[in-house]
Amino acid sequence: MHKKVIQKYAVNLAGVVAVFLLILLLMGMGVVNNYMTGILIFTGINIIMAASLNLATGYLGQLVLGHAGFMAIGAYAAALFALNTEMPDLPTLVGGMAIGGAVAGLFGILIGIPALRLRGDYLGIVTLGFGEIIRIALLNLPFTGGAAGLRRIPKLVNFNILYVAVVLTITFLFLFVRSRHGRAIHSIKEDEIAAESVGIPTTFYKVYGFAVSAFLAGVGGSLFAFYQSILDPRKFTFMLSVEFFIIVVLGGMGSITGTILAALLLSFANEFLYSVENFRLVIYALLLITMMIFKPDGLLGTREFSLNGLLDRVKTLVGKSFPKSKR
Amino acid sequence: MTQFIQQMINGLHVGSIYALIALGYTMVYGIVKLINFAHGDILMVGAYVGFFALTAFNLPFGLALLAAMVLSALLGMAIDKVAYKPLRNAPRISALITALGVSMFLQNTFRLLFGANPRKMPAVFNVQPILLGDLRIPPLTIITILLSGACMVGLELIIRFTKTGKAMRGVSEDSKAAKLMGINVDRTISITFAIGSALGAVGGILYSISYYQVEPYMGMMPGLKAFVAAVLGGIGVIPGAMLGGFVIGGVESFTKGYLSTTWADAIVFSILILVLVFKPSGILGKNTKEKV
Repeated sequence: MHKKVIQKYAVNLAGVVAVFLLILLLMGMGVVNNYMTGILIFTGINIIMAASLNLATGYLGQLVLGHAGFMAIGAYAAALFALNTEMPDLPTLVGGMAIGGAVAGLFGILIGIPALRLRGDYLGIVTLGFGEIIRIALLNLPFTGGAAGLRRIPKLVNFNILYVAVVLTITFLFLFVRSRHGRAIHSIKEDEIAAESVGIPTTFYKVYGFAVSAFLAGVGGSLFAFYQSILDPRKFTFMLSVEFFIIVVLGGMGSITGTILAALLLSFANEFLYSVENFRLVIYALLLITMMIFKPDGLLGTREFSLNGLLDRVKTLVGKSFPKSKR
Repeated sequence: MTQFIQQMINGLHVGSIYALIALGYTMVYGIVKLINFAHGDILMVGAYVGFFALTAFNLPFGLALLAAMVLSALLGMAIDKVAYKPLRNAPRISALITALGVSMFLQNTFRLLFGANPRKMPAVFNVQPILLGDLRIPPLTIITILLSGACMVGLELIIRFTKTGKAMRGVSEDSKAAKLMGINVDRTISITFAIGSALGAVGGILYSISYYQVEPYMGMMPGLKAFVAAVLGGIGVIPGAMLGGFVIGGVESFTKGYLSTTWADAIVFSILILVLVFKPSGILGKNTKEKV
């Protein structure tokens, strides 16, 4: 690999490790208490969910309103796997995540093949209907525990594991959207007809992107199951899908770092607005409307925050203010 | 056989409500190509207006209905002016997200104002059901079907014979050409929202009387099912919405009667998916080719 590329990866890795160590340090000092750690973990799950939704909405350009359905599938699949096997913790966790992701991805393919033939808003409705069907199924199927849900799922996820999972997911997404496949997916959003005319098999890539998005949502769901240790089917409503969607829109459709930023912001806002819980959703709704009217691109638009770019900018600034003497 | 006819009557009852609501979806979609997610919540607002008119103001049913229609129509026009009009030329996904936002806003504002607990809608037509042999036909069912039928005929007359109706047809066919012909497009869209919302309010009141309650999230399910009905009939096609409404109502009541009550909603949504897979243009819709 080129030396510069390695250097850039090193910078990003250093940044990720630094943030991790900082949070651990704050936890050790007691600044971040258990309650806040819990919030951080939920924020992490939200980041995975919203980032995976961003792949379908921001990069593939499809309106998906049933993301909570995929999350529910992943969560239930992982939980049922863990409840019906006797294995040490780590294989259970990894196996559960893999199975949760795989089952959700499979459903993504199943629903994607027929649904992705449709134009944007129809797809949104189909995914919405799909999410509702999943919810009703979870309430009525014999093996999902009905309205009582599933209980006593092993609690395998802590902050460290979740942080690693978020970093891996985000890294994967970054590499994926920049790969050949990712660029093909992006081209469909830009102009489907043009993409088709240069020989991109649009249906294949739509289903592909949609399935990857569903897979990651399933992984997010499995993490949720292993952290909560209780699953309630009433959690996975249309409103939950909308909440993920709001994160994506706020961060910017087509910006993964934007999604992270928005998820963090909304988590803080949630805590801040906790005392006025009833107003929270009204404020979100107004936020969504004003955002669409005045700044439809979201916080970051399609740009990405880049640590390397920041460093370069700092370097040029420093270079300007302290011009080096001749060597 | 009796049960079959009974379910058929129930199906007609809910079906005519779905048809009324579906008309609002289809009219708005036909004219601005927007799935108005807030339509379900407009029917909720209509039901609340009806509820307060009947309980707090003790108005007779007719006046309550009229008040709900007028206020909902104004609300529909206001939503269009404030939220959708600035986005007329924006990408469709933006307008759709805005519609979601409006829907959330209405639901949660009403929850804030009137609480999340359902309120009991007064039984308006609480008279003895008509007995035909073993059949029980509640008067509410007859009134619902007649009222819905009247609304649909009225709508059809407006669209076919008035100047406004002609303008609406023109704008939905080609809004640019309509503008060149001197039609006030914005005003026509506004009127479409008003009529659709007023019909939605009628649907909302009938729905809340049928299920005896009003609550802030009540619009969601009938809204979604009515949307399914609109898609099933062919979105943008007015007779399609009526047909779709009755089909969905029938399917729902037969599923509840013969298969299972819990799975009824899942089956309605499965129908939606199947329709979109096999005939995305709906029963009465026509296929349109996309142009480059």
